[in-house]
Amino acid sequence: MWDLCTNALDTARPRGAAYGDVRVMHLRQRDLTTKNGQVGTLSQSESIGLGIRVLANGAWGFASTDRLTREGVAACAAQAVSIAKASALAKRGEVVLASEKAYVDSWQSPFRKDPFEIPLETQLALLLAVDAEMRRVKGVTLTETGMEFRKIDSWFASSIGSRIHQRKVISGCGIAATSFQKEEIQKRSYPNSFGGQHSLQGYELVESLDLLKNAPIVAEEAAALHSASQCPEKIGTLILGSSQLGLQIHESIGHPIELDRVLGQEANFAGTSFLTLDQLNKLKYASGIVNVVADARLDHGQGLGTFAYDDEGVPAQCTDIIKDGRFRGYLSNRETAHLVGLDRSSGTMRTESWNRLPIIRMTNVSLLPGTWDYDDLISDTHDGILMETNRSWSIDDRRYQFQFSTEIGWEIKGGKKIRMLKNPSYSGITTEFWNSCEAICKFDYWTLWGTPNCGKGQPMQTMGTGHGASPARFRNVRIGTAFSNQ
Amino acid sequence: MKPAAKTKKPSTGTNARAAELLHEPELRRIVDTVLRLAKSTGAEETEVHVDEVADALTRFANNAIHQNVAEHGLTVSVRTVLDGRTARATTNRIDEDSLRAAIEASLSLAHSQPKDPRLLPMPGRQRYRSVNRFIKPTAALSAEERARAVRRACDLAVKRGQVAAGIYSNGQSQSALGDSRGLFAAYRETHSEFSITAQESSAASWAKANSADVRAFDPQKLAARACDKAHLAVNARELPPGRYTVILEPAAVLDLVGFLFYDFAATALKDKRSCLNDRMGKQLFGQNISITDDVYHPLQQGAPFDGEGLPRQRVLLVDRGVPRNLVYSRAAAKAARKQPTGHGFALPNEYGEAPMNLVFGGGDSSIDKMVASTERGLLVTRLWYIREVDPYEKVMTGMTRDGLFLVENGRVTGAVRNFRFNQSIIEMLKNVELLGPAVRATGEEAFEMVVPAMRVRDFSFSEVTKF
Repeated sequence: MWDLCTNALDTARPRGAAYGDVRVMHLRQRDLTTKNGQVGTLSQSESIGLGIRVLANGAWGFASTDRLTREGVAACAAQAVSIAKASALAKRGEVVLASEKAYVDSWQSPFRKDPFEIPLETQLALLLAVDAEMRRVKGVTLTETGMEFRKIDSWFASSIGSRIHQRKVISGCGIAATSFQKEEIQKRSYPNSFGGQHSLQGYELVESLDLLKNAPIVAEEAAALHSASQCPEKIGTLILGSSQLGLQIHESIGHPIELDRVLGQEANFAGTSFLTLDQLNKLKYASGIVNVVADARLDHGQGLGTFAYDDEGVPAQCTDIIKDGRFRGYLSNRETAHLVGLDRSSGTMRTESWNRLPIIRMTNVSLLPGTWDYDDLISDTHDGILMETNRSWSIDDRRYQFQFSTEIGWEIKGGKKIRMLKNPSYSGITTEFWNSCEAICKFDYWTLWGTPNCGKGQPMQTMGTGHGASPARFRNVRIGTAFSNQ
Repeated sequence: MKPAAKTKKPSTGTNARAAELLHEPELRRIVDTVLRLAKSTGAEETEVHVDEVADALTRFANNAIHQNVAEHGLTVSVRTVLDGRTARATTNRIDEDSLRAAIEASLSLAHSQPKDPRLLPMPGRQRYRSVNRFIKPTAALSAEERARAVRRACDLAVKRGQVAAGIYSNGQSQSALGDSRGLFAAYRETHSEFSITAQESSAASWAKANSADVRAFDPQKLAARACDKAHLAVNARELPPGRYTVILEPAAVLDLVGFLFYDFAATALKDKRSCLNDRMGKQLFGQNISITDDVYHPLQQGAPFDGEGLPRQRVLLVDRGVPRNLVYSRAAAKAARKQPTGHGFALPNEYGEAPMNLVFGGGDSSIDKMVASTERGLLVTRLWYIREVDPYEKVMTGMTRDGLFLVENGRVTGAVRNFRFNQSIIEMLKNVELLGPAVRATGEEAFEMVVPAMRVRDFSFSEVTKF
């Protein structure tokens, strides 16, 4: 693979590339699903190719190919330089890259059980058994289970001399029960909705989830939701379960801190950000108990945003995003770091595959744990609503105004969960919401959730991001908006 | 490793044009090679999909190109059947060793599961309607030509004191599908797109077009439209949330009604996750709403065959407000004792099928006419981040974006801050007062469809944002 990388860089340089970096990537994936007791998807795929990014005439060009011959790679590198020169026809400044050292390294994400070595029969037998457990519950009309495994090798080489090989093993697993009754569809998922939990682990992730035990619980809740009371519409106290809070972090903190959005580079598609450059170190983003970091290091956990080096050859780092409620940092790359006074990228350039350009991405953007025991949080709540497991999410293109709904809610009165609520939802303005956070549970309740499907960029790229969170309480939140007019 | 198929040698020149696609006989050779290799491995039946893409995209922001990419990729996907079991394996390498490995992976996956008594034999030879959506000037558009067009668009924004961002892309793709019962289908098309967001102070507006033929739209006109509307969008005032008459431009209609497409899948009804459960044959929408799935419509794109290799049929889904027909994969059709309609996804999958080429019936009311006849309402350019809140009532939430304007006494009187909506699509399609001509619309939330602009009464906005 290094020969391919060298060939690409050696082709680009004499054609005018002042800088170049190359990624050869080999991606393997296995997908298994069941539906109503039958095998649904059963597929495996692999893809290998090369992408080269070059800076020529002060502008960027990128080309990719699956033709991994000497001629194919040379043509691809030459095309990247030609594209860069075309880009220079519409440039208005020079690209300046923050300095970075050259690294020669090899890294593999830790895992105990290679999911591709676990017999398929074992994996399918577990999913079918879980599916059967959910179908035993009366009122359940649709059962779904799934596992997804990925193994990604990448060989990164740059014209400053880096040669970095990384191997990541990623696992994902989830189940869901749906119930259709009386003109209403209700659904419960475990351990999270939209595919479950995903992390930088091996098959041990699946084994840790105890799917068989949880299958009847979600099935019974899906059926029971039909007779639950409608979530009221009010301004009140809200407790979010950790997976829902993980998505809240993703949408209302993770995206607004992406410096490419802030600088207008995503204005046509993903949108911009309310976090204009003048807000850095000034904005009171959240209440004083809120501390958020973007941490790609393994020390933070085995999240979908964990790696040793980003796809620009910058080592993984931990960046303070919100410190004691104050806005402290953006996600940057080598091109944008200097715009926020940094002399080095924060290491967040990531690419979906060999045929996509690396762009600024969330790593693991996590809310650090607080001090509360979960039971104490509930018993300390006089009148509130607990919401768990995301059902829908939406936020405006500058990341101010959001609305989320969850699969299930629980009314809390006098410190006790007294009844189930259906169709819960809440909405608000990002900074007002985070400034209303007044209790966060401690590390015992903290989970590093994986969001495997974050879409950004043109052409669209899907990326996995990590979000650590423990349940937290918010005051004076607008609740029940989504169904207020129905 | 020895090559399975004779492939084109890649150019080593410095041309910034996208790579050329394989010719059809070369695709057929890959299919035949897989079928031959699979036969020798003991597969009872084999299906092969070959998909190839050569795309390029120029991206600009802050009035300059900041990203500019090109890609070429080819995948070979193999489905085998053995003793009533089936599975799929995909590779992007076409040497014989890699193809054989994909076949063996597919067989191994298939072997690991219980028998599926509902598995149908693969279809044999089919007849397809010819459609020509491969336009040479689209395929030939170079990075330099895209850059020059982008430069002109950005210069216009600069002249107006505005900031432009967007994309200009072109590409070509093709698919071939063959199986061991003699089926062979092949299709190629080109695609092109220009999208621009113009920003003026805190306001923004947007224009976008998409076509198989790059000559079907003018980037400069789209840029001018976005710039004009961005200027109109400054000094937006805040209005209270509530129910408003809205004039939805085609992109806004598309991005909302696009969420309906999967509800017309027979499998979705069988799984009881469609909003059409217990509603087929009833007057669900207004009498002015008719929806057809028609891949052959001149404004549509896509292959004339589905993922199972069956010819796509034109299906009348909604007739004057009444849902009349669903689409069926082969398995769904057999279960329902219907005929398949050519809308199946590649097997194995759990979703079955879906109409992918929706065409709404239109009317004769232009947006200008709609504005002129509206006493008070809102003109909506585009919607954003649409998600489903209630799957049965089909309540969707999302935001307005890039140009929301107040209409009073038949004219646009100013810009309005963006709203969040929580709106049932079913209710919305009952409340359509006026329809424009159906056009090929393109947005960001749904795939392209042929839809009209609509004037809708009592559209529900629940909250307002800060801009």
